[in-house]
Amino acid sequence: MVVITFLLQAIRIAIPYLFAASGGVVAERAGVVSLTLEGFMLSGAFCATLGSYYSGSAWVGVLCGIGGGLVMGLLHAVASIRFKADQIVVGIAINLLVVGLTRFFLHLAFDSSSNSPRVAGFGGENAGSGLGALVSNPLVWVGLVLVPVMGWMMYRTPFGLRIRAVGEHPVAAESVGVPVPRVRYLAVTLSGVLASLGGVYLALDQHQFTDQMTAGRGYVALAAVIFGRWDPVRAGIACLFFAAAETLQIQLQSLQAIPSQFVSMIPYLLTIVALAGLVGRSVPPAALGRAED
Amino acid sequence: MSIAADATPPPAAPDAPPAAARSRARARLEEALLPPIVAILAAVVVGDLLIVSFGQSPGAVYRLLLEGTWGNAYGFGQVLYKTTTLTCTGLAVALALRAGLFNIGAEGQLAAGGFMAAALGLLLPAGTPGVLAVPLCIIAAMVGGGAVGAVPGALKAKFGAHEVIVTIMLNFITLALLNWIIAAKLHVPETLHTPEIHAGRIPRLGGPFTGSAANWTILLALLAAAGVWWYLFRTRRGYELRAVGLQPDAAEYGGVRVGGVWWRALAVSGALAGLGGVNFVLGYKGYYEDGFAGGAGFLGIAVALVGRNDPVGVVLAALFFATLSQGGLAINAVVPKQMVEVLQGVVILAVALAVPEVRRLLRIQPRRV
Repeated sequence: MVVITFLLQAIRIAIPYLFAASGGVVAERAGVVSLTLEGFMLSGAFCATLGSYYSGSAWVGVLCGIGGGLVMGLLHAVASIRFKADQIVVGIAINLLVVGLTRFFLHLAFDSSSNSPRVAGFGGENAGSGLGALVSNPLVWVGLVLVPVMGWMMYRTPFGLRIRAVGEHPVAAESVGVPVPRVRYLAVTLSGVLASLGGVYLALDQHQFTDQMTAGRGYVALAAVIFGRWDPVRAGIACLFFAAAETLQIQLQSLQAIPSQFVSMIPYLLTIVALAGLVGRSVPPAALGRAED
Repeated sequence: MSIAADATPPPAAPDAPPAAARSRARARLEEALLPPIVAILAAVVVGDLLIVSFGQSPGAVYRLLLEGTWGNAYGFGQVLYKTTTLTCTGLAVALALRAGLFNIGAEGQLAAGGFMAAALGLLLPAGTPGVLAVPLCIIAAMVGGGAVGAVPGALKAKFGAHEVIVTIMLNFITLALLNWIIAAKLHVPETLHTPEIHAGRIPRLGGPFTGSAANWTILLALLAAAGVWWYLFRTRRGYELRAVGLQPDAAEYGGVRVGGVWWRALAVSGALAGLGGVNFVLGYKGYYEDGFAGGAGFLGIAVALVGRNDPVGVVLAALFFATLSQGGLAINAVVPKQMVEVLQGVVILAVALAVPEVRRLLRIQPRRV
């Protein structure tokens, strides 16, 4: 029983990470820095809440959330690819922008500075948070299937090959006829959509939007991307691992064994260790962060 | 500095070289001024939209914003207080960028600096004379921030770990660690701040600013700006730092130890951000409070960007962002203050987009910003 509770809770925590990390892998493998995952998630969460609130349907919420991620993804793409702006600055700007926009429109739509009213989610009102709620939530299944699908897409399809080529050596890719900007536009927009689904899941799972509800999850996902060495499947495993550590901390909370702050450090510490090359060196895509001229 | 000199070109001379020099000076001036102008225009357009969407008149809201910041002594004192912290974090980001490094860790370094100042202020016995306690606490703040900054620098120099990711991750680690220290070990019951420090407080500005948080730390921030200018443009170390920022390989070939410059730059950068903690802890509250940094470290990136990594530009940009941030409180009764956060994002985004675009228009060789 304990094991099942543990697994269920770990999966519940891992789903937003899986979506965001998948988005991060796609954008970064195409050579565009993905500091925006946090902003994508937050905009997805807010738009999903709006959609679900006004329509009463979780599915409309999902569509609206995807729309929010799409818009922010396009903004990131246009700024980084068309304008060749510094991708790190753009990432930080978009994250700040989304925090401000969601707070402003939280006031405008719901007259609150902290949270929205309760909105419809999946699995009805009385689903609770047990096994039933988990299996009846289609986003859980999408999130779990996403990892192998992304692995297949990245290594077994022409589109994946193009993404990798564009991120490693854009000039070579261009010389064999790959439309570099178009591939990057697609990759970054896709990354916005995928990461926003992580936020959609959060908002619909909690049946409301709360101010800054993503709470750094986008950065944990980025950590998973790096710790997973920019590989979709490894990044997915890293997400599950980070989620398991969090679950362990929650379940051990009553014992006061490890302060929660130390558990929350695990993903970040591991990322630094991985970047420093102490356990298996993480090497980023060669053209990451460079706007190709 | 160079901008001010360029602003008054000599009267047109008939021969070619001065004319060429003049057009180059003009291009540089335009390169420096156009992006902020574009950014402010973009912010005004977005601001208008948000204000109208809330059913208010833009003119009235902007007037309110100005009255609440520059229109009275208390508001202006608050602006000066916020300018102080932002100058420190802006200088931190700017100095690192001059070395070609992106320090996104100013938030954690700022918090670490504030914590160290408070910790020393608590350790010193009550009654320690200010002339001794204040400098010691300031040094503690700079050491705290500098230590956090030195870690990504050393990891970059030794292992080539990318400083952007390491500084982001260190933010979370530093803030979580400080949160644990405060929550578990060192807080006044029912709060998330330390007891009041025994020694090392910096006096408020007083005079017309009585009641506001403005304090003499602003002098320290201005001195730091002057010091950064001196370091960058008048010392050998600064020259090496800029050389590495422009082209690390060439600098290495010229005999500069690039790794040493990297970790030194990030350590000094962290120390500058840590100095910002003095403003809150020694100058304002007299204790360390969890979460006091409140985004000032991240805003330092915006300040450095708009200030074009120039110490004078950083001070001016800090004044601008401080005005926006205080202005948010002034308009909160009519329009949610979160509007200002949107505008900050718009300004950063617009500058980031305009800088490469303006350079292309003016045909200026790209320089890493």
